[in-house]
Amino acid sequence: MRISDLMALWKPDPTFYPSPRDAAGAPAEKLAYVAAFDRSARRPDAIAVLDTDPGSPDYGTVVGWTDMPGTGDELHHFGWNACSSALCPYAPHPHVERRYLIVPGLRSSNIHILDTKPDPASPKLVRTIEAAELADRAGYSRPHTVHCGPEGLYVTALGGGSTEGPGGIALLDHTSFDVLGRWEVDRGPQHFAYDAWWHIAHDVLVSSEWGTPLMIEDGVVAELLLGRKYGHSLHFWDLRKRRHVQSVDLGDEHQMVLELRPAHDPTKQYGFAGVVVNVEDLSASVWLWHRDGDRFAATKVITIPAEAPADPAALPPVIEPFGAVPPLVTDIDLSVDDRWLYVSCWGTGELKRYDVSDPFHPVEAGSVRIGGIVNRTPHPAAPDLPLAGGPQMVEVSRDGRRVYVTNSLYGAWDDQFYPDGVGAWMAKLDAADDSFAFDERFFPHGDAFRGLRPHQTRLQGGDASSDSYCYP
Amino acid sequence: MTDGSLAALVALGAFHGLNPGMGWLFAVARGLQERSRALLLRSLPAIAAGHAASIWIVAVLVTLTRSVVATRWVAVAGGIVLVGFGLWRLLSRRHFRWVGMRLSLWQLAGWSFLMSSVHGAGLMLLPVLTDGTRAAPAHTSLHTGHDHGLTAGAGSAIDTALFVTAVHTLAMFATAGLIAVLVYEVLGLSILRRAWLDLDRVWAVALLGAGAVTLATA
Repeated sequence: MRISDLMALWKPDPTFYPSPRDAAGAPAEKLAYVAAFDRSARRPDAIAVLDTDPGSPDYGTVVGWTDMPGTGDELHHFGWNACSSALCPYAPHPHVERRYLIVPGLRSSNIHILDTKPDPASPKLVRTIEAAELADRAGYSRPHTVHCGPEGLYVTALGGGSTEGPGGIALLDHTSFDVLGRWEVDRGPQHFAYDAWWHIAHDVLVSSEWGTPLMIEDGVVAELLLGRKYGHSLHFWDLRKRRHVQSVDLGDEHQMVLELRPAHDPTKQYGFAGVVVNVEDLSASVWLWHRDGDRFAATKVITIPAEAPADPAALPPVIEPFGAVPPLVTDIDLSVDDRWLYVSCWGTGELKRYDVSDPFHPVEAGSVRIGGIVNRTPHPAAPDLPLAGGPQMVEVSRDGRRVYVTNSLYGAWDDQFYPDGVGAWMAKLDAADDSFAFDERFFPHGDAFRGLRPHQTRLQGGDASSDSYCYP
Repeated sequence: MTDGSLAALVALGAFHGLNPGMGWLFAVARGLQERSRALLLRSLPAIAAGHAASIWIVAVLVTLTRSVVATRWVAVAGGIVLVGFGLWRLLSRRHFRWVGMRLSLWQLAGWSFLMSSVHGAGLMLLPVLTDGTRAAPAHTSLHTGHDHGLTAGAGSAIDTALFVTAVHTLAMFATAGLIAVLVYEVLGLSILRRAWLDLDRVWAVALLGAGAVTLATA
């Protein structure tokens, strides 16, 4: 043990907030961390660090890189070792630091731990949890979402340790990062895994479904998709007893239920889930889960139709037979004040914003176009540069005023939908009640990412999808 | 029981009540969650009851042992346990893990009992217990002689344990209640960000100090 450990904070980490209301008043982030991966798996993947301080001369550029120790990780999602849930009253431990990034390799199944404290612009790798440890102790592989929770770090995983499935949730110790084991006591019927989050003040965990490794790692499998074999259900769990309580099937035409965004207000029990595609009409949808008596129910609250292209020949082979461009809602994000929902349409190249003050009746309140399978809409900062990829991972600052998007979905799928190259870009939008538009000063693209593809963004100090709160 | 140890009991009760981890924060959270001060107020006695049970067990163990073993050895053994426990609390980065916000009042009392026990709340009273039991029965032993010892000793040990638990818990309950209501009604939870000092560290030092005092006066 070092002296600095003994001298750890006397006051709670200043990035912990008791309530979402307090968190919305947090200062603006100065740095953003972005997972970036090499599709060819010849060079190490990396965490790129971006300057997000508008007063800085380096604003909007990549100012730091941290390479992973090996190759072929396919960095995807990641998270913090600690967050505002450390203030929760039943096991408070607020004198830990939000310091380490937990960075899983979705393809390698290794989990890298990065320390952001010595130099926030250049995180240091301090440990790698090998795939074998995850498989031996928890029985899982393909680690995906990371959430800092009450009894440790929750890491969802798409595959079994030495099997295709079931996927599930592994629990990691939040100080040593050792894999503690499989989280589920009774997993019920859930076989496909993807995302998980919770209503922490109600002891409810929610999980969603994508597919097992064979169904995704070489690209979307048309026969499986048309055969409606990908995940199409939401699952609700007793967070305390670790037991599956209820499945809600959205209907097997609704293929791939991905991101889960529960309300941040801990008194509420609703949230939004994005569905990638409806195989009947190629539309995408957003569902609201909510209480219905003792049970949960899900209601479709947003439908985004497919777009007919001017020239069907412009379609890549994977969707050519359909003659239309599916919106492909691959990520959604809910602002900390639970008012704005951002919806990425990675296929059509559109980022939509909805006012969800009334969660049952979202009202569209802004949309921007960028990239897209057919449109290739340029960024206003480079109007002559057609862009591939579309708005994909979307992250919102705690105060709700800044929205960041990156353009890569997942290596093999990028290649199917953007066969001439998905490229690499990141954009930022400024959001206010009555405006929603690109920041022309923030557009790192192309060589800025050194040939790697950017995926999830995490903002220094926390963001709209990193923290959960126990107090209203 | 001397005036000094009575004051120490009350002070330790206030110290335990002050610690957000010992329950007032949970009471506030429950109140806020349901927008109900009544629920906050109903939660406090359950938390105090769990705390009292944790204290009472230690107090009974110590005072009963005291009635059959020389105080000195109880104090020495207890002091060593305390110092070890304090060091562990100081150096370990592990913390109490409990999952779950939706608790019945019984479960809340159980939570409080566990929380107090793993933090060694009862152990911290050891100097008072070894000092207090020596002080109180000392008068009777002096006048009636040693043969009076065992039976009356056991009886008065239970009494002493009850008394110690009651005084301590009352102080804890009053402090926790006052803070909970203040935070709920006036201050708001943002106070946590500014004023939540790392009481776990202070707590560990207090355990060490209690151990040292017990050993020094053994």
